[in-house]
Amino acid sequence: MRLRAIPLSAWIGIAGIALALFCAIFAPFIAPHGESEIVGEIWSPMGGEFLLGTDNLGRDLLSRLIFGARTTIFVALAATILSFSLGMLLSFIAAVTGGLIDQLFSRFNDLMMAIPTLIFALVVLAVLPQHLWILILVMAVLDSTRVYRIGRAVALDVAVMEFVEAARLRGEGTGWIIFREILPNTLSPLLAEFGLRFAFSILFLSTLSFLGLGIQPPAADWGGMVKDNKDGIIFGISAALVPGAAIALLTICINLVVDWLMKRTSSLKGGRGDA
Amino acid sequence: MPGGPAQDPGLMAPKAAGANPQPSGPAGTDTLAATPSLSTLSPANDGILSPWGRFVRKSPLAALVLQRLALSIALLFAVSLMIFGGVEALPGDFATTYLGQSATPQAVENIRKDLGLDQPATTRYFQWLGGALQGDFGTSWASRNSVSEQIGKRLGNSLFLAFFAAIISIPLAIGLGMLAVHYRDRLADKVINVFSLAAISLPEFFVGYLLILFFAVQMGIATFPATVYDSMSLTERLSAIALPTATLVLVVLAHMMRMTRAAILNVMSSAYVETAELKGLSGLRIIARHAAPNAVAPVINVIALNLAYLVVGVVVVEVVFVYPGMGQYMVDAVTVRDMPVVQACGLIFAAFYIFLNMTADILAIIANPRLRHPR
Repeated sequence: MRLRAIPLSAWIGIAGIALALFCAIFAPFIAPHGESEIVGEIWSPMGGEFLLGTDNLGRDLLSRLIFGARTTIFVALAATILSFSLGMLLSFIAAVTGGLIDQLFSRFNDLMMAIPTLIFALVVLAVLPQHLWILILVMAVLDSTRVYRIGRAVALDVAVMEFVEAARLRGEGTGWIIFREILPNTLSPLLAEFGLRFAFSILFLSTLSFLGLGIQPPAADWGGMVKDNKDGIIFGISAALVPGAAIALLTICINLVVDWLMKRTSSLKGGRGDA
Repeated sequence: MPGGPAQDPGLMAPKAAGANPQPSGPAGTDTLAATPSLSTLSPANDGILSPWGRFVRKSPLAALVLQRLALSIALLFAVSLMIFGGVEALPGDFATTYLGQSATPQAVENIRKDLGLDQPATTRYFQWLGGALQGDFGTSWASRNSVSEQIGKRLGNSLFLAFFAAIISIPLAIGLGMLAVHYRDRLADKVINVFSLAAISLPEFFVGYLLILFFAVQMGIATFPATVYDSMSLTERLSAIALPTATLVLVVLAHMMRMTRAAILNVMSSAYVETAELKGLSGLRIIARHAAPNAVAPVINVIALNLAYLVVGVVVVEVVFVYPGMGQYMVDAVTVRDMPVVQACGLIFAAFYIFLNMTADILAIIANPRLRHPR
């Protein structure tokens, strides 16, 4: 793949993601103030000493945005990786073994998908205690239903190929077939899917935090920051929009990259690129 | 909004019932449980036929629709079991949550008896389900009010909001989708594509607050918060829900438009449209006579799927605009762990979702002439 073949939109996306990752990794070094350090007046305007102003408690918005990148991206990424591992493993097992296990997994998956994700999350989070790992787990399990559905479809395509048949006749076990035969041949379409799920995770986490059920204060996270500052909107204070814009920009960047990846994989397969 | 037809750029046209789920790659993820209908149908042609088999022979379409209906009802029961059973199986004792950590054992015991938690789970499930079927969802733990009464008021508000969002967004989405197909790969299409890609990336609350800041605070032409009460006239109500409706429309429009575009494009790039083009037919005639009849089914499917999405999208929008609907009720209940309310709202939202997905599937079955004459 030549670098020049990457369209401008994808470059913009990559740059945006890189910037967010940079902020997330080096947060303590680049943030001008501490994460929950109260440094000034409540809701002081943008510009001047505080580049983006301060929030509802007088904390520096820019610093919280940078620290928030860390929480938001970490949790969303962890949930996505977990949901992918889970969804892909189960879907490949279903596709390779077939029969009863396939039916069982697939019908259960249908059942899970019959409840809207947000509603399901609300019901579950109403019961479970509030811990970070529980939040990640709930997000991952709910998201893995969608990964399962796509993973199974992709794996079924591959599972009937000659080389898989050959491996079966050689007497390889299910584990070998999943990891050595099917996984390498399904990675490229699933890569785009990973990006999609990641973008979705960020939006989902932000929504949960916005509703007060995601990451708990005082840790900074973008959705929670919108919630903290939403009362200022009526007075024309735009502090709530800054983290909102950060979520939107990051998701747009990811979607730009995914769009390009998707076009690329579909043109590799000789499909109509635009459909 | 999470939970909806995933944030997929380039969603594929949801295929009609039957057929494998999209053969490869990232694709529309929300074509719910459309699969099991066809496969179970065909092997009815050997030897003696049961009454059901004869019915399938005589009117295959009705049989398919009936099957799909039965599946939805079964699904709904399974969901009710899951919502109730899941809540039971998960750790955490409500009586303790309800009273706080420092409660005496005696008080906990009393409250358990009071809330009916001392009975076995199966008894409570059937009581709950029986009540729910008759429209009685018990009493709220937090306020001690009847849940059904609250829901009755709020469900109407939510549907009111969703209804107006739907009647604005559906024609708009179809129009824009057709426009995008007509100017495929030219400037108009690209502009629409970029905007819709941006729109599906925006969280609802961001769109909502942006609209509030511009229209309610800076220009002062809209009202916030969007409170509605019984004595309001229809016009007052409409002006109160203007901003929430606009938010919902913006959020759902992008999805619907992308899916419509994909669905129409799918038809337009098929062989018979190419033939019609090569015969020299006019563009309008091709669309009206050849493309449209085949595109109707997938487009209707797209609409039904997005309506299902809208029902859920209402949750966040209601919280943003402080609108007294189901979504806000549920979120409030979740924060105070008011389980009867959470269960009731969860069941109702899931029922709407399942119902709309079922409608999408049934419309797809009806609109697919191939299923009318099975081999």
